[in-house]
Amino acid sequence: MTMQATRDFSHYVKDLGSGLKHIDLAVEGVSCAGCMAKIERGLSALPDVTLARVNLTNRRVALEWKQGTLDPARLIDRLAELGYKAYPFETERAEVKEAEQSRFLLRCLAVAAFATMNVMMLSVPVWSGNVSDMLPVQRDFFHWMSALIALPAAAYAGQPFFRSAWSALRVRGVNMDVPISIGVILALGMSLVETANHAEHAFFDAAIMLLTFLLVGRFLDQNMRRRTRAVAGNLAALKAETATKFVSAEEISVVPVAAIQPGDVVLLRPGERCAVDGTVIDGRSEIDQSLITGETVHVPAEQGTQVYAGSLNMSGSLRVRVSAAAEGTLLAEITRLLDNALKARSRYMRLADRASRLYAPVVHVTALVTVLGWVLLGASWHDAIVTGVAVLIITCPCALGLAIPTVQTVASGAMFRAGVLLNAGDAIERLAEADHIVFDKTGTLTLPELEVTNAAEIPADLFSLAGRLALSSHHPVASAVAQAAQAKSPLVGAVEEPGQGVRAELDGVEIRLGRPSFCGAEALAAARADVDPAASIVAFSRRDEKYLFAVRQRLRPDAEAIIAALKLRGIGTEMLSGDREPAVRAAAAALGIAKWRAGVTPAQKIARIEELKRQGRKVMMVGDGMNDAPSLAAAHVSMSPISAAHLSQSTADLVFLGKPLAPVLAAIDFARKALHVMRQNLLLAIAYNALAVPLAIAGLVTPLIAAAAMSGSSILVMLNALRARSVGRS
Amino acid sequence: MEVLVILVPLALVLGLAGLAAFLWSLRSGQYEDLDGAAWRAISDDD
Repeated sequence: MTMQATRDFSHYVKDLGSGLKHIDLAVEGVSCAGCMAKIERGLSALPDVTLARVNLTNRRVALEWKQGTLDPARLIDRLAELGYKAYPFETERAEVKEAEQSRFLLRCLAVAAFATMNVMMLSVPVWSGNVSDMLPVQRDFFHWMSALIALPAAAYAGQPFFRSAWSALRVRGVNMDVPISIGVILALGMSLVETANHAEHAFFDAAIMLLTFLLVGRFLDQNMRRRTRAVAGNLAALKAETATKFVSAEEISVVPVAAIQPGDVVLLRPGERCAVDGTVIDGRSEIDQSLITGETVHVPAEQGTQVYAGSLNMSGSLRVRVSAAAEGTLLAEITRLLDNALKARSRYMRLADRASRLYAPVVHVTALVTVLGWVLLGASWHDAIVTGVAVLIITCPCALGLAIPTVQTVASGAMFRAGVLLNAGDAIERLAEADHIVFDKTGTLTLPELEVTNAAEIPADLFSLAGRLALSSHHPVASAVAQAAQAKSPLVGAVEEPGQGVRAELDGVEIRLGRPSFCGAEALAAARADVDPAASIVAFSRRDEKYLFAVRQRLRPDAEAIIAALKLRGIGTEMLSGDREPAVRAAAAALGIAKWRAGVTPAQKIARIEELKRQGRKVMMVGDGMNDAPSLAAAHVSMSPISAAHLSQSTADLVFLGKPLAPVLAAIDFARKALHVMRQNLLLAIAYNALAVPLAIAGLVTPLIAAAAMSGSSILVMLNALRARSVGRS
Repeated sequence: MEVLVILVPLALVLGLAGLAAFLWSLRSGQYEDLDGAAWRAISDDD
C-alpha cells in the first residue's frame, strides 16, 4: 500500500477578496540580502503569484496570488527547491496587539519630538531675551505659540502615560506614570496661567521634552518585547506540528494539528514525532518517549498502547486514534502543575516597579513640603505653588524612565548575537540573580540528535556503504548513521523491512543494516551492550563482515567547560533527569556535576526546586522536555534549547540556539552585567535628583536649568546603557 | 516683530510637514523591516 498524502494549508490561507489569496510563511535560514533577492525572484517567477515580499527582520515571507489553480503547498515546495524550509504561519493575537501598540508609541514619539523641537526653537530666544532686551510682548507671543504647540501635542503624546496612570489610580494603586502625569499636567497648567499673567517663565519646553524622553524609553521597552514576541511566534511556526490524517479508509492528508479533532485517526510513520495524544489501533513499533519522561530506552508500541504528543516513532507505521489534540494534547497533570507554577512567578516585582513604588510618595511629599515651607516663610501662595511645580518637573523620572529600558534593549541585542533569545522582558533581572542551576540531561546537556560514537572502529569504505544503505530507512537511528557517513546517494533497489532493517544487493552480494538479529550479529551485540548500555546498536553485514554502530546522544561539545566556568562564578550546578541511573551517573561524572538524581518525575523536579527556593537559592532551570515545562515555570528563571518541546519553549524565559552550551554562560554574564548597569543608571538618576531638587526647593530652577538638567541626565543614562553591550573578561 | 508673526508660523508649518511625512511613512509600513530595507537600497536588480 503506497499512500501519497496531500497537504492541506487552507487553515492558514487568508482571502483578501477580489480573487486574491494571502499566506504568511516563517522561513528558516534567511539571513542575508542574497537570500532575500533569491526568494523573492524565485517565488515571483511562479505563475499567478502577485506578491512575494521577504521581511528580513522577522524572517517571514508574505505571499499573495490569484485564486485558482495555484496550490499553496507549491509555494512551500518552491522554497524548498531554493533551499529554504518554510512553515505556514498564523500571527498570534498577542503579536498583532504588540505591533499596533508599538506603532502607536512611535506616533506619540514623533508628535512629542516634533513639538519639543519647535517649542525649543521658541524657548531659546526667550531664555537669551530674558537676560538681554526682549520686549514683554514678544515674550508673550513666544509663550502663546509654545502653548499652541505643546498643549495639543502633550494631549496626544501623553496618552500612554495618562491612561496607565488612570488605570492604576482606579484600582487605588500608584505606578511610575502617576507622578509623570501629575507633573506634566501641572507644569502645562501652571505655564498657561503664568503666560496669561505675562510672567517671565513658562515650562512648556520642560513638560514636552519630558514626554519625549520618556516615550523613547517606552518605545525601546515595547520594541524589545515585540521582537521577542516575533521570534517566539516564528519558533512556534517552525515547530508547528502537522499530522497525517486519514480522510477516508485509504486516503490521507497532511493537516495542521489545529485542524485535528479527537476521534480522528492519524498515521504515524517511522521517524515522525507524534503531535497528538491517542491510542494505537493498528501497527507495531517502538517509541521514544524521552521528550515526555526523559527515559531514553524505547518503549514497544502495539494495539492499545497510549502515545503522547512528543513521542518519536522509531521503527514501524502506527495508526493512532486521537484522544486529545492541539490545546488538549498535554497530560492533564503537567498542565495543572504549570498553571500553579506560573501563578507563583507572576508575583516577581521588577526593579523598575520597586523603584517607582518608592519614588512617587517621596516626590509628592517633597513638592507639598516645598509649597507649605515657602508659605510659612512668608512667600505668596502663587510663588509657593510655582516653586512646588518646579520641584515636580525637575524630579520627574525622565532618566529613571530610561534607566532600565535602554539597558534591556542593549543587553537583549548582545544576547541575541550570542545565540540567546529572550521570551520574557524581565528575564534579564531574574537571570542575573540566579545562583543555582538545575539541568535536565536528555536534550539539554546532551545534543538532541543521535550520533555514532564508534565511527573510528569501522573501515571507511564500509562506513560510507552503510551510510548509503541507511538513507533508505526512516528509522532515526539509521538516519544518524547516514548523517555520520555524510551519505548523499541512496543505493538503488534497497528494501526496508519494517521493524527489522534495510537490505540491498550490491555486485551480487547482499548487504544489510538493522537490528543485530537481522544481520546475524547477536553475539557481537551482546558483548557490546556490556561496554555501553545506554547506546542503541545498529548492525551492518556484508557476507561475513559484521560491524556494530553504537548510536547515542552525545554531550554538548563544550558542556564540561561551561559547567566548570559556572562553578568558577560561584553558581551551583545540579542535574535532575528522568533517565535511568547508569546513563545519568555517566553524564554527571563526565561533566563533573556532583549533585544528580535519576528517574525523577516532573513533580519531584518541582519539589526539589521548591526545596532549593526555601533554602534561599535563586534557581535557574535549564531543560527541554515536556516533562520539564512545569519545573521551568517553577524556577526563578528558566532556559530551553531551541530543540525543546513546544510547551517548554513557550514556558522558558530564554531560548538558546545551536549545539554548544556556551549561550547559557553568555546569557548569565550579559544579564549580570546588565543588572549592574541598570543599578548604576538608577543611581545616576537619583544622584541627578539629589543635585537638582535642592535647587528646585530653593526656587532657583528656571526653565533653562530644567531643560538642561533633564536632557543631560537622560543622555548620561543612555550612554551608560551602551556599556551593557559587552562583558569584560575576568 | 512683524516679521516674526510670519516666520514663526512658517517654521511651524515646515515642521508639521515633516511630521506628516513621518506619520505617512509609518502608516505605509516603511519601518516594518529595517534590516531588509538596508539591503534593498544597495541590491542590484531593477
